This record gives sequence, structure tokens and C-alpha cells, in this order.
Amino acid sequence: MEALLGSGFFLSAAAFFYPVLRFLVPPKESDMGSGSVVAAKTGELKPNSGKVFRFGSRPGLLVRTASGEYKAMSATCTHLACTVQYRDDTREVWCACHNGKYDVNGRNVSGPPPRPLEAFEVQVRGDEIFVRRRQES
Amino acid sequence: MGFFRKLRDWLDDRFGWNELLAPLRKKTVPVHRLSHWYFLGGITLFLFVIQVLTGILLLLYYRPGANEAFESVQHIMTRVKFGWLIRSIHSWSANLMVFTAFAHMFSVAFLKSYRKPRELTWLSGMILLFLVLGFGFSGYLLPWNTLAFFATKVGTEITGQVPIIGRPLMIFLRGGEEVTGATLTRFFGFHVAVLPGLATLLIGLHILLVQRFGISVPPKLEAEWLAKPPALREMKFFPNFALRELMAWYVALGVLGALAAIFPWDLGVKADPFVSAPAGIKPEWYFLFMFQTLKVIPSKVFFIDGEVLGVLAFGVAGAVWLLLPFIDTGRARRWVNALAVVALTYIVGMTIYGHFAK
Amino acid sequence: MATLQSKLPASLVSRWFLAIAAGLLLCGAAHGQTKNSCLDCHSVLTDNLGVTEEKFSHDIHAQRGLTCASCHGGDANSDDPEVAMGKKAGFKGKITRAQIPQLCGSCHSDPAFMRKYNPSLRTDQLSQYHTSIHGKRLATGDTKVAVCVDCHSVHDIRPPSDQQSTVNPVNIPATCSRCHSDAERMKEYKIPTNQFAEYKKSVHHEALTVRGDLSAPTCVTCHGNHGATPPGASSVAAVCSTCHVFQAQLFDASPHKAAFASAGLPGCVTCHSNHGILHPTDALIGTDDKSVCGQCHTEGDPGFIAANSIRDHLAQLSAAIDRSDQILSKAERSGMEVSQARLDLVQARDTLTKARVTIHSANVARVQQDIQPGLVAAEKDYEAGKEALKERNYRRYGLGLSLIAIGIVLAGLKMYLKQIESGQDSQAT
Repeated sequence: MEALLGSGFFLSAAAFFYPVLRFLVPPKESDMGSGSVVAAKTGELKPNSGKVFRFGSRPGLLVRTASGEYKAMSATCTHLACTVQYRDDTREVWCACHNGKYDVNGRNVSGPPPRPLEAFEVQVRGDEIFVRRRQES
Repeated sequence: MGFFRKLRDWLDDRFGWNELLAPLRKKTVPVHRLSHWYFLGGITLFLFVIQVLTGILLLLYYRPGANEAFESVQHIMTRVKFGWLIRSIHSWSANLMVFTAFAHMFSVAFLKSYRKPRELTWLSGMILLFLVLGFGFSGYLLPWNTLAFFATKVGTEITGQVPIIGRPLMIFLRGGEEVTGATLTRFFGFHVAVLPGLATLLIGLHILLVQRFGISVPPKLEAEWLAKPPALREMKFFPNFALRELMAWYVALGVLGALAAIFPWDLGVKADPFVSAPAGIKPEWYFLFMFQTLKVIPSKVFFIDGEVLGVLAFGVAGAVWLLLPFIDTGRARRWVNALAVVALTYIVGMTIYGHFAK
Repeated sequence: MATLQSKLPASLVSRWFLAIAAGLLLCGAAHGQTKNSCLDCHSVLTDNLGVTEEKFSHDIHAQRGLTCASCHGGDANSDDPEVAMGKKAGFKGKITRAQIPQLCGSCHSDPAFMRKYNPSLRTDQLSQYHTSIHGKRLATGDTKVAVCVDCHSVHDIRPPSDQQSTVNPVNIPATCSRCHSDAERMKEYKIPTNQFAEYKKSVHHEALTVRGDLSAPTCVTCHGNHGATPPGASSVAAVCSTCHVFQAQLFDASPHKAAFASAGLPGCVTCHSNHGILHPTDALIGTDDKSVCGQCHTEGDPGFIAANSIRDHLAQLSAAIDRSDQILSKAERSGMEVSQARLDLVQARDTLTKARVTIHSANVARVQQDIQPGLVAAEKDYEAGKEALKERNYRRYGLGLSLIAIGIVLAGLKMYLKQIESGQDSQAT
């Protein structure tokens, strides 16, 4: 009977302490509040090319212009939410669904999109390119 | 076993607790038809300890502040290992604790344990009940979701209805005219520092008083036992009652775990002050009876504003309830019994009504 | 030309009245760079002889320094009505409706002249007008048709960029409908008058007024403004295709193009209507009474089968996306992390949007080609949702284990208590 009680205590203590101990270990993505995402590594994008990356649960577009500058914006077309892409032949952001076109700053220039693409902030830190929502000043 | 004994003796020589704990060994608990109600206080204490422990764990990841609170709770629920468990236990235990606190209070009222010399125990207990409700109200806002935001808005609005002191009190609670991020910061301060500090002091006092005066016996039984001493039955606190209490605590732990795993606490939608309140917004269940009462009172009773009347009525009821030990004497006893039954029925009834009302 | 006195109503003829009025108004006549004495009197006259200072101040011509005399002739500097409206000063009086286009065109069709004011303004309005239905009918002597001032207003002509201008894109449908929705007025021309009512139901109207998209089509976008003419049945598709490029390309490559042309059907308008273009839903395709395909195709013909097949494909993908969306929402509410799956679901939605354009090819295989990747993505997301829910279930196993442990403790404690208490009882006896 003592064995029963002892093992019971031990098991229940284990069932209690195991989750607590795992809780105490911080998860990999430890900084959740900053809302910034690594979109690419420097050198990954050639000038005049673009990359669709994951920004939370929505797509984002990172463009490296022909002059080498990085620009980031939402990749969700403001017309009917298709995912846009960068076209190196016309040097603009294009939506394949209904031929909507934006410039590299995200401004809608042609076709059905009624609004520009939301622009994001780009920060190059070391060899990583961080993208986050525009902060209000 | 010999080693542990040696260790105990060594520590006792340096703490001197054998002498201090000696009276506890002699403590007894009356055994009778209604003695199961005696467990409720201990269960409430256990749940409070659970709250403190899970609360401290949550503090390691929670960030107070309108732009981070919701995201930090989301982080806890989805990314931190077993975060969902700790948070759900914290939320469920909060609700259970309010329930057991009310049940403990009503059992004391019906068993008349507040009679002399235990009036101060009753008073400290009532203040603790108010603190528990305060814990519930302040903690509810911390995840900063839509339901919490509007529940806080309505709740503090009602506070503002109290004549004279209502408005300054409301501004004090809200940290401003409206419910904003400032309210969240303030509530966080109340919830993790002010209320725990006060509660710890009062719990200490409350338990001390209980230990000092022992467990009370209902009046009829007391009379019986005085007449026939051999009829008196009791059990030792250590180890008999304590072990039984421990079993109750384990059951509570199991219930909590089951609730947390099968019904994890909802995250909700992040609060947006500019969105209009969702239809049919209601406070948490333990405030429902007051909320529903205010809803059914007509907007004007003679010349007094209905809501003000309701708030004042609850104030008076609360004051009467607080002073119950001093009122419950002689002929008033019958009235007090009736009042207790009415109060319980009213609270339960209005809570159910409030739950099902649109 | 009659003198001033006989033109005015007798009640207002009074030199002293005019003198006082002139004196009073001169104080307020400080605005406007050039002197415009006409307003001194005409601002207090009523009916069609009245033009207030306030009204004229909104006119772009006044703002550029022009006066009444610029169109009506006469001398705007003189305070003497006989001189101001005298023949020597070239006073023209009221301009007849038939004369208006020519009068406006006398400046607006002169590029050298207009360059002084706004070099980027077009100067072909008059020549366009002559090609329009309005212009052609005016030439035959019908003065009921629209002339410049009917659309642009008169004496308070605002540029189209001005929100209150009658020719601002948002206001154009209302301006055109002033005549075109008037059943009495349009009776003799035998054209419908329901265009504005229909247009108000359309997506284009919604884009214009609700979303504030000034590039959305109004009457003039398809009909032209100065050269207003209805597009012919064969050319209306060309109008739509200026914005709806992909759909038009697909349509042109489809069997419908030749079929419609030989049947004299007006291209896009056949299925989508001209003025009341509603937001198309998947229900538009198919062969039931809400769809358009059944209007030509009959049971059993290849088109009928294709229409139903396309409809089924769209419905299939739409249902798959909804199913995945539901399970992901369920997982999210339970506190599971499914943002990657949500992102993938966006891709699935993209293919559905694409497929809804591809249907214009009337080619089942092409639509299927577009749908396939979407179905795959939606399926993948459904699986991800199920995985997330499985993780939720794993918790219940953990719970079960801990409950077993607790059960063991409770059993053990009970036995221990029994042991102690029987010991205590035996001690007591």
C-alpha cells in the first residue's frame, strides 16, 4: 500500500512538474512582440529581382531594385487578394489574376487595383534583411 | 527513514517549530452530518495557491500594454510549451475559486459559524470575497480581447453610477475617462501586486483566527452535544482531516486539468476601442446576477434613476450581509435565516436568468 | 437690339434704385481681378437674368480673369448699362442653344489661345461633339439635345477635378440622367430611360461611389464624353477590354467570339449586361435559371455539358477552400498555431480567382488546369488542420495519464486513512 501511495505521489508530481519545466524553457521564436520577420539573407537577391516571403499568415514581397535598394510591401493584391509578383522584364510589381500593375513603391499604376500595396519597413542587420510593419512615429 | 528523522530534529533545533506546532497536533474537527462543508475553505485556499503559481508562470511571458498584451497571450497559447495548459488552468481555477469562495461563504452563513467569537473571521472572509471578485474583474481584462474590453467598460460604467463617489472611483479604476491601455496597465498592477498583497495579509489573518478558535459547530448540534457530551464526535486535524483535505485537493487538481485540456480557454479577438460593442455583451458569470438585476429594473423608479437605485440596493445588501454576525441575535435570527435563503435563491436564480436572457 | 429699360420688368425699373445698388455693390465687388460691372445689376435680378457674384466666383472662367463680356460681348468696364450693353461694344445678349457649341469652341478649339491658360487641356471637344449623336441632331435643328452648358452648367463652370463639378466622374451619371432618365423628354427619341437605375445596381457604380475609385467606368468611359455615342454591338467588347484585358483575350480565342459575331450579339454585354453589370458569382455559369449559358445552349449540346462541367469545377474548389478554412478556424480557436497553413490557403484562393477569369475561354481543360493546383493546396491545408487538431487530442491523452496518477494517489490516500483510523480506533478501545 505504501508503494501505491508513493508511486501515486511520484506520478502526480511528475505530471505536474513536467509541463511546468517545459513551460519555463523559452520557445525558439522568443521575441513575438516585435513583429519583424527575416525576409531574406543579403546576397540572396540579385538586383532587379523579387521574392515572396511569409509575413505572419499573409504573403509579403521583397524587391531588390535595379539600383540595389530593398523595398518591401504586402503581396496581397488590393483588387481581389491574389498574390502579386515582381517582374524583372517590366520592372514592376504585377498581379497575374487581372493584370493589375504597381510600381516598386507599391503604388497602383494600372489595371483594377484600387489602392496601393501596404508598404513595409526594411532593415538590414548584419547579413539578414528584416521586414516589419510601418511604425507610427 | 532514520536519516529523515535526524534531519527533522536538526532543523527543529534551529527553527523551534515542534513547540509552535504542538497545539496544531491537538486540533480537532467536529464530525457530523454537515461536516463535509468544512472542506470548502481549504479548497479555496488550494485554488488560490494554484492561481499564484500559474500566475507567476504566466508573468514570465505576459506583456501588459495595449499593443502587446493580446499578442503575448497568443504567444503563450500557441508557442510556449504547455502555455495553453498553464493559461487554461489559470482561467478555470479563477472561475472555480470564485465558486468555492461563494459556496464557502454561504455554508458559513447557513451553519452560522460567524457567531461570537468568530465575527472577525467572517469580516475578514467577506473582504477576501470582495478581493476575489476584484481579482476576477481585473484579471479578465488582461488578455485584452473584445469581450474583456467591453465587459470592463460596462462594469466600470456601472461603478460610475454610484452617487457622489461613483465617478471619481470610475476614473480611478479606468485610469482616465475611458477604458484604454492605461486601464490595462492599472488593472495589471492591481492584479499582480495590490490584490495579492492584500489577499495574503487577509488570508494569513483569516487562517490564524480559524486556528485560534477552532472549527465551529452548528447551533442545534452544539446544544445537543452540550446536553450529551458522549454524543460528541470529532476527528484529529492531523493527520485525519488533513489527509481528507489533501484528497479533496487532488480531486480539484484533476478537475482543473480535465477542464484545461478538454475546454482550453478561448483567445478571442484583439480589442479595438473603435469597434462598436458586440450585441448581447455580458460580464463573467459571477457578476451576472448584479448585471441582470440592473437590466430588469425599470429606467426610472418614481424619481430615482433605475441604475442608481440598483447599485445602491446592492450596496445596502452588501452592508447588511457584512454585518450579519451582529444582526443575527435573538428574535432577528428567524429573519436572518429567511434572508440567507432569499439571498442564495436570488443569486442563483438571477445568474441562471442572466445566462439565458438575450 | 432693345434698350435696357424695355427689357426689365417694370417693377424694378428705377434709375435711383440702380444707382444705390451699384453703389452698395461696388463695395463688395472687390473680388475678381478684372472689373465686371455686369454683375452690379444682374446679381440682383431674378429668373434667368440673375447671376450672383457668389455663383460666378466659382466659375473657372471668372477665376482666370474673364468677364461676362468674354462670352456675351459688351463692355464690362462701363457702369452705364447703355454703354455696357450697347451695339458699339458688341453686345450679343442671350446666346441661343444652337449657337452655344460654336461660341465655346471659339476659344476652346483654338490651341494657341488655350495654351495661354492651360497648355495640357484638349482642344478637340468641338470636333468630337460634331461626331456625337447630340452634335448630329443639333445640326438638323433639334435644340432639345445636350449642348455644352447642359453638362458643364453655365456661369459656375467648375473643372472636372472639382468635387462639385457636374462633370466630376462621381457626378457624371447624375448629369447624364437629368435628360436620359426623363421618360417625357426621351419619348420622341424612343430610347430607354432605365440606364441610370440599372447603373446604380452595378459594380462599377459601387466602385465609384463606395470605394471612391475615380477610375471606375461612368457613362462617358464607354460612350465618350464630347463624342457621346452608344458603342455598336460589334465594338462594345473593345470598350470593355480596355480594362478587362485577360477576359477579353480569352474570349477572343474562344469559340464564342465567332458565334456571337455571326449572331449579332454584343460580346461581353450578352452575359454581363451593359448598364446593370452586377458582381458576377459562380452561379452565373451553368444551365439553371440563374445562369446565362442555358439561354443559348440546350440539353445535350457540347456547350451545355461544358458549362456544367466548369461550374462543377469552380464549386469543387470553392467547397474545398471552405472546408479547409473551417478546420483551420477550429484549430485556431482551440489555440493551435496554423499561420503557415493559412498562408497556403491564400494560394488556393488565388487559383480560384484565376480560374474565374479563365472561364472566359469556355475551355474546360484550361479551367481544370487552373483548378488543380488549388485543389492540391486546399487538401494540404485540410491535412494541416487535421494535424493541428490531432495535437489538441494528444493533450487529452496527457490529461488521461495525469488523471490516472491522481486516481492512484486518491486510492492510496483512502487506504492509508483507513489504516490509520482503524489503528486509532483500536487504540481508543
